[in-house]
Amino acid sequence: MKRFLIPLGIFIVLVIFLGIGLKLNPREVPSPLIGKPAPDFKLALLSDPSRQMSPADLRGKVWLFNVWASWCGSCRQEHDLLLGLARQGIVPIYGMDYKDQPGDARAVLTRFGNPYVETVIDPDGRTGMNYGVYGVPETYLIDKTGIIRYKHTGPLTQEILDKKILPLAKELQQ
Amino acid sequence: MRLNMKLAQRAGIIAFALWLPLSAIAGEAVPIAEDPVLEQRMIALSEDLRCLVCQNESLAGSRSELAQDLRQEIRDQLRTGKSNDQVIEYLTDRYGDFVLYKPPLKPLTWLLWFGPFVLLVGAGGGFFLYLKRRGERIAGESLSEEEKKRVEALLGNNGNKS
Repeated sequence: MKRFLIPLGIFIVLVIFLGIGLKLNPREVPSPLIGKPAPDFKLALLSDPSRQMSPADLRGKVWLFNVWASWCGSCRQEHDLLLGLARQGIVPIYGMDYKDQPGDARAVLTRFGNPYVETVIDPDGRTGMNYGVYGVPETYLIDKTGIIRYKHTGPLTQEILDKKILPLAKELQQ
Repeated sequence: MRLNMKLAQRAGIIAFALWLPLSAIAGEAVPIAEDPVLEQRMIALSEDLRCLVCQNESLAGSRSELAQDLRQEIRDQLRTGKSNDQVIEYLTDRYGDFVLYKPPLKPLTWLLWFGPFVLLVGAGGGFFLYLKRRGERIAGESLSEEEKKRVEALLGNNGNKS
């Protein structure tokens, strides 16, 4: 009896580990930027390219930084969610139009609605690189002192908003 | 005279036909970058880096747009005289250790680096102990009277034959 228990035990442990491995999402790469200051930029606004914005302008605010593009299909998936979030007004959303044609981006916002307080333009993706962007959409939660507190890669879901982002945002706002 | 021209023409055609496949090879091997040494360094460096978009590809081999941008960034940084380590630091600061195919040695990765050796030593030690105990147990066991007689009979027969 005992000689069967040991291999059985090893087998069960192996199955558990493989099971955990299956559930992990390899797309979710832990960002080294969490807990670090949001990389600085000074980029033109999509609404008015003659004006510029930088993260320093948002000191004292908790804000969401959403990287998107008009060519990005999964950005369209989270668009309604962002619109809803913008209407609730809990946390302001700032966008970054990543490697895109400003005209196309403006057309998307006119057609589907604009959840962003402002959108900055990153035409060559250099700012995106500083933020470790590798797959749009990506969303960062940035606190009052300009520290990145949370990052989500891929389209946002209601679950992630309700369970992670909004509770953390409310906590940081206090 | 006409014969000569024909011969020359033929030779020309043959030379062209022979050159054609070679030209295709040469066309692919020519590096696009203006500085081949730098390009070599960039490729050597990016072969050990993971492309984040298609995670099973190296940065050197990926055709994704981000990989192209990052290769260009590496090229630019090397051109400004940065060392390989500085470029790797630039990338890990932004994308994390995940971009490295060869993870760095630090407390978090000790299990990864030393785990297999610990496992090997543990299993080897266990196996050695098992063999030793088994040997002792077998050596310690004595034969019954009946078994002794059978052994003697068998060995004795063998001995008689020689």
